[in-house]
Amino acid sequence: MQARSADLKVQGLEKRFGEVAALDGVSLDIMSGELLTILGPSGSGKTTLLKVVAGFEKADAGTVRIDGIDITALPPARRDIGMVFQNYALFPHLTVRANVAFPLEMRNVARAEIETRVTEALQLVELGGYDKRLPKQLSGGQQQRVALARAIVFNPRLLLLDEPFGALDRKLRETMQLEVRRLQRRLGLTTIFITHDQEEALVLSDRIAVMNQGRIQQVATTTEIYERPANRFVADFVGESNIFHGTVTEPGVISLEGGRRLLARHSGKTGQRMGVLMRPERFGRGTNVFAGEVKEAVYLGVSFKLRIACDDGLELIVRQPARGELPAAGTRVNVSIDPEDIHVF
Amino acid sequence: MFSRMSGRLLGIAPAVPALIVLFVFFLYPVVRMLGYSIEGGTFEWYAKALGEGLYLQVFLNTFEIAFWVTAICLVLGYPLGFLLATTTPGWATLGFIFVLLPLWTSVLVRTYAWMVLLGRNGVFNRAMLEAGLISDPIPMLNNFSGVLIGMVHVLLPYMVLPIYGAVRRVDPSLVSAAEGLGASNARIFRRVYLPLTLPGIFAGAVIVFVLSLGFYITPALLGGGRVIMVAVMIEQQVHQTLNWPFAAALSASLLVVTLAIYALAQRFTRSSEAA
Amino acid sequence: MSRRALVVACTAIYIFLMLPLLVVFPISLSSAAYMQFPPPGLSWQWYERFIDDPQWVDATVRSLYVGVATAILALALGVPLSFSLVRGRFAGRWLVDRIALAPLIVPTIILSIAVYGMFAKLKLIGEWYGLVIAHTVLALPFVVLVMSAGLRDFDRGLEQAAEGLGASRPRTLLRITLPLMRPSLVSAGLLAFISSFDELVVALFLAGPNMTLPKKMFDNILMEIDPTIAAVSVMQILLVSIVLVLIGRFGRGLKSAGR
Repeated sequence: MQARSADLKVQGLEKRFGEVAALDGVSLDIMSGELLTILGPSGSGKTTLLKVVAGFEKADAGTVRIDGIDITALPPARRDIGMVFQNYALFPHLTVRANVAFPLEMRNVARAEIETRVTEALQLVELGGYDKRLPKQLSGGQQQRVALARAIVFNPRLLLLDEPFGALDRKLRETMQLEVRRLQRRLGLTTIFITHDQEEALVLSDRIAVMNQGRIQQVATTTEIYERPANRFVADFVGESNIFHGTVTEPGVISLEGGRRLLARHSGKTGQRMGVLMRPERFGRGTNVFAGEVKEAVYLGVSFKLRIACDDGLELIVRQPARGELPAAGTRVNVSIDPEDIHVF
Repeated sequence: MFSRMSGRLLGIAPAVPALIVLFVFFLYPVVRMLGYSIEGGTFEWYAKALGEGLYLQVFLNTFEIAFWVTAICLVLGYPLGFLLATTTPGWATLGFIFVLLPLWTSVLVRTYAWMVLLGRNGVFNRAMLEAGLISDPIPMLNNFSGVLIGMVHVLLPYMVLPIYGAVRRVDPSLVSAAEGLGASNARIFRRVYLPLTLPGIFAGAVIVFVLSLGFYITPALLGGGRVIMVAVMIEQQVHQTLNWPFAAALSASLLVVTLAIYALAQRFTRSSEAA
Repeated sequence: MSRRALVVACTAIYIFLMLPLLVVFPISLSSAAYMQFPPPGLSWQWYERFIDDPQWVDATVRSLYVGVATAILALALGVPLSFSLVRGRFAGRWLVDRIALAPLIVPTIILSIAVYGMFAKLKLIGEWYGLVIAHTVLALPFVVLVMSAGLRDFDRGLEQAAEGLGASRPRTLLRITLPLMRPSLVSAGLLAFISSFDELVVALFLAGPNMTLPKKMFDNILMEIDPTIAAVSVMQILLVSIVLVLIGRFGRGLKSAGR
C-alpha cells in the first residue's frame, strides 16, 4: 500500500454560526507526511475546521488546497480524504470486508483488485480473519481498526482522525495511539488528528496546533508547545502549570504581583508586563527558593504532587520524585527552581 | 450541480408525486362534494340537517355514543396501558401482541364475532339460560349496548397506546422518591402518575372520540337499524335516496365538528406544554 | 389499587379483547349448519365451502392484489414524501405535513362518497385500480408515520461517512440509507397492505359489482349468516398474526404497528 502523500494549505477560513465565530481567520500549513494535531477544548472550532477540510461544512470565507489545488468547492465524495469518525460510523448492515471495500467500490475499482487491497488493509490493522463479521460483533478497539482500514484502503491524499480514541478505555487507547502512529509513519500519510486530550496530542504528533475560540493560538512541535507556550491559554491548556503575571524590573528579574522577585531569563524591557510559567516537575535545585507549608499532598506512584502555600503569598503545584514518606499537610518545606526552567511569555 | 450545504437539505420535490395524488383523489373530490351542499346558493340542506328533529337527533345520538365509548375506553384503557408500561419487557411484548392482534384484525371479523357472542341465540345468552341465571334471553344486540360493546372493542387499542407512551415517559426516580417519602400507592398514583400522564389520556380520548364520530361498520351491523349514527345516515343518503346535496351537508357538518375538535385539542395541548 | 388488583382487572380486559378472536375458531370447525355453541361436532365443511365457492375465492384474490398494489404505490409515494417532510426545509412544510396525515382524520365515509362521486363520472367504479388509488390515499398516513419516525432516528453520520468515502448521493441512498431503513420499509409496506386488505367502507362504494373480501363478508353477515364467515375470519386472523410476526421479526418495533 502506497500513500500519495500530499500537503494541505488552509488559508483565512471563516465560519460563523449566528453570533458565534467557529472559525475566525484560520490559516494552517501541513507538510506532506506529517501528523499534525489540532488540540483545543470543546467549542474551540476544531471540529468545524475538520468538517470544512473534509467538505461537510462550507466555510464563509477562505480556501482549502491540497497539493496546491483548490478543493474548497468540491463535494466530500471527490476530495479523496480518508476519515475516521468519533463513533467510527461503520455501516452496521455491512460486514467488515464490505465496509473496507466500500470506498474502493465507490471508485469503481476492479473486483479482483478490491479483494487484494481489502485483505492487505485488514492485515495492516491486524484484523485478518475478521472479514465476515458485522461491526456489532467486534470490540471497540476492533471497530476502530476497521474504521482505520476503511479510511486508508483507497490511498487517500489526507487522513483525518476526529477524536477517534474517546470511547476506548485507557489501556486500549494507548495501544491504538501507538498503532496509528506506526501506521501513519509507515505509509507516510499526511494526517490531521483532532483531540481535546493534551496528553494524547503530545504522544502522537509531529506538530500541534492549539485552537481556542476559533483561532489558532500556536503551531509548533510538541516540545516547543510544552516548553515554550506562546501565551497563557496554551501554557494552561497543555500540561500542569503554575502561571503568574509580573513586571520586568531589571534584566533577568521579574517582580510578580504581590511583590515576589523571580530570577528568570527573558527578553522583555523594564516595565513590561509578562507571564511566567513554572512546570510542577521542574522544581528541584535552583536559585529561586520558595519556603512554605504543604496544604495538600497526593501520592501518584512515580511522584508526589504537592500544593504549597508559600510564605510570600504564592500558591504552587509541585511534583517531586516519590521517595520516602508522603509529606503530611502542614509540613514546612523549601522548594526551588532554576531560572533556566522558568518560561516567560 | 452540487450546491454545497444547501444540497444536503431536501426541497419539496420528493413530496410532489404524493401531493398530486392527495390533491386529485382526496382534497379536490372532498371539497367538490362538500360544495354540492350549497349548490344554488342555498343553505336549506344545512337547515334540514341541523334543524329537523329527526336528523338533529342522529347527531346527538352520535355524540352520546362517542362520549360513552370514550369514557369506557378510558376506564378500560388506563389500567392496561399502565400495566404494559410498568411490567417486565417479556410480559409487555406479550401484552402488546394481545392489543395489536385485535387492532389489526378486520373490523368485520370482530363485529361478526360479537354477533355470535351477543345474539339472541348467542354464546352468552345460551350459557346463562343453561345455567339458569335467566329465563329469557337478554337483548344485547341491535341496540345501544351492542353498538357500544362493538365500538369499545375496536377503539380500545387507540386509547391504550398513547396512555402506554405517557406512563413510559414518567421518570421512575420520581416514583422511587415518592415511595421513599412514604407515599402510599394510591397517593403516588394520584400525585405522580395521574398529572404526568394527563396529556396521554387527553390524546387518547381525542382520538377515540373523533374516530367514534365517523364510525360506520359497527353501528351498521350491530345497531340493527335501530341505532343510527351520522356516517350510516350519510351512506343511506348516497346509496338509497341519492340525495347528494343533503349527504354533502351532513358530511360538511361532520367534518367541521371533527376538525374543530382536533384544532381545540391541539391548542389545548400546546398551551399545557407551554405552562 | 394494588398490583394484584391491576393484574386481575387487566386479565379481564384482555379476555374482552381476545374473546371475539377466539370464539370464531370453534365455530369455523362446527359440524352444525346453524350457529351453535359449543359445536356439536367437528368438520372442515365451512373451509371447503369457502374454497369451492368462486365468489369467495375471487373476492379473496381481488383483495390480495389490491392490497399488494396499494402497498407498492403507497411506498412509492410515501417514502419520498417522508424524506421531504423530515429532511426538507421549505416554506409550507407544516401544511404538507397536515395534508399527508389528513386522510387519517377525515372520516372515511366522507372520503368514500367524495371519491365515489368523482369515479362515477370517470366510469371507474368497479375497476380494481380505482380502488387501489383510494386505498393508497388511506394508506399514505401509515407510511408517512412509520417512515418519518425511522428517518428521525437515522444516524446521518453514516451518510456523511459514505460521502466522505467517495459515494455520490444516489449511491449513498441506495447502498446505505435505504438498506438501513429496511425495517421501517417492511413495517410501512405491511401496514399499508393490511389497511387495504381490511378496508370496507371505500370498497362498498367503489368496488361496484366486484367483491372484495371485506365486502363479501359484509354482505354475508347481512344476508345469510353461516359458519363460512367464521372460517374466513379464522384465516383472516391467521394472516394478520403472520403479518405481525413479520413486522416483529423484520420490521421496526411492534409499537410502530399501532394504526
